[in-house]
Amino acid sequence: MFPAAFSYLSAHSIDEALASLLEHGADARVLAGGQSLIPAMRFRLARPGVLVDINPVGELNYLREEGGVLAIGAGARDAALERSAAVAARYHLMSDAAAVVADPVVRQMGTVVGSLCHNDPAGDWGVVALASRAEIVVRGKSGNRVVPIDDFLVDSYTTAVAEGELAVEARFPTPGERTSGSYQKIERKVGDFATAAAAVQFTLRADGTIADAGIAIGAAGPKATRVAAAEALLAGARPSKELFRAAAAEAEKISDPIADTRGDVEFKRAMAGVLVHRGLVATFERLGGGVLA
Amino acid sequence: MKIRVTVNGTPYERDVEPRTLLAYFLREQCGLTGTHVGCDSSSCGVCVVVLDGERAVKSCTMFAVMADGHEIMTVEGLADGATLHPLQQAFWDCHGLQCGYCTPGMLMTSVVLLKNNPNPSEHEIREALAGNLCRCTGYQNIVKSVQQAATELSKVPVEA
Repeated sequence: MFPAAFSYLSAHSIDEALASLLEHGADARVLAGGQSLIPAMRFRLARPGVLVDINPVGELNYLREEGGVLAIGAGARDAALERSAAVAARYHLMSDAAAVVADPVVRQMGTVVGSLCHNDPAGDWGVVALASRAEIVVRGKSGNRVVPIDDFLVDSYTTAVAEGELAVEARFPTPGERTSGSYQKIERKVGDFATAAAAVQFTLRADGTIADAGIAIGAAGPKATRVAAAEALLAGARPSKELFRAAAAEAEKISDPIADTRGDVEFKRAMAGVLVHRGLVATFERLGGGVLA
Repeated sequence: MKIRVTVNGTPYERDVEPRTLLAYFLREQCGLTGTHVGCDSSSCGVCVVVLDGERAVKSCTMFAVMADGHEIMTVEGLADGATLHPLQQAFWDCHGLQCGYCTPGMLMTSVVLLKNNPNPSEHEIREALAGNLCRCTGYQNIVKSVQQAATELSKVPVEA
């Protein structure tokens, strides 16, 4: 099925993209990798009058570590993260996720920033961004604003990007040596939407206590969800079987999935807890935590 | 709008609607029907083509206008005259196809895999082809085919 007709504008610089977005306002959508937008248009779930293609914007195609963050330009493909030595070495949570987004061919076209802007309730990057405490750089006519991910993900398919603005970069804080993470996802087959997903990241301090825990779940509500109660339980605590079980229980409690062909509500809620627990154990093992008391 | 796309080394200048998908552009406007359309919703991978020699993309999930000024390689661009590409020869030798519907996508995805990873493990081949569905073979012979092609392609040509 073909999408409804639209006007196509290709942008060759950020300024050109912004000018087109300002001119066409609510009628315009940004086209990056298109791996979610194009299927949505084909099923007539989306019907933008104007597409502003940012694929030719060379200045957005980068992945670089600078100033304590990994900066991901809006043109960077999922595959670039999958192949990045820096991501593999330091960003364990992102590295896990980069290998399981959609399928390997889709990842050669799809972008991280585009996925965050699409904000699908079952998307991967929103969950990872919450646990990593990422920020998104949004550019408008009066310059850049930096939006914490919690404020960026507003509701299903809705973000803090306003009319005439362009999300230009995602910033993921660089984990320290004592920090690791894990991404856990259940899917029926490669490329299907997640049945349930969980992102975990924390620091294990020299004294054996946990700091800076980030816990989030996906496909568990209208948008990726931070499990603040689990983060609070973990803060300053010593890892133990009991602690990890309690943190996982908080994820199950807050999970609010919809029933579909992938499972009923009871199953999906249980899986939110199971996946957070698996993520906590995997992270602890990656940090060389030894045997869990 | 008018676009100019180089397909298998030949420039094609065509007038397209912006909503024309690359797969249909190739099949209907360039007459290159080797690129198949299967699920038509980015799930099955039979429509995969190579963009700018470096990326395998699902041509049912890319607008033809996005390929303006770019190079596309389709399955028709693999063979050198009557000589099959080592991947095609390997699919022939190892019986890597039955009905053949998924084969163009399997081949084009594998071209990029072997460019990035000339000596993939069986696991890496299976992972790389996870977005390409085959309903006949059970994948065993497809994996063997890619392994044979990797061996062939890694042989250094001997200077005469």
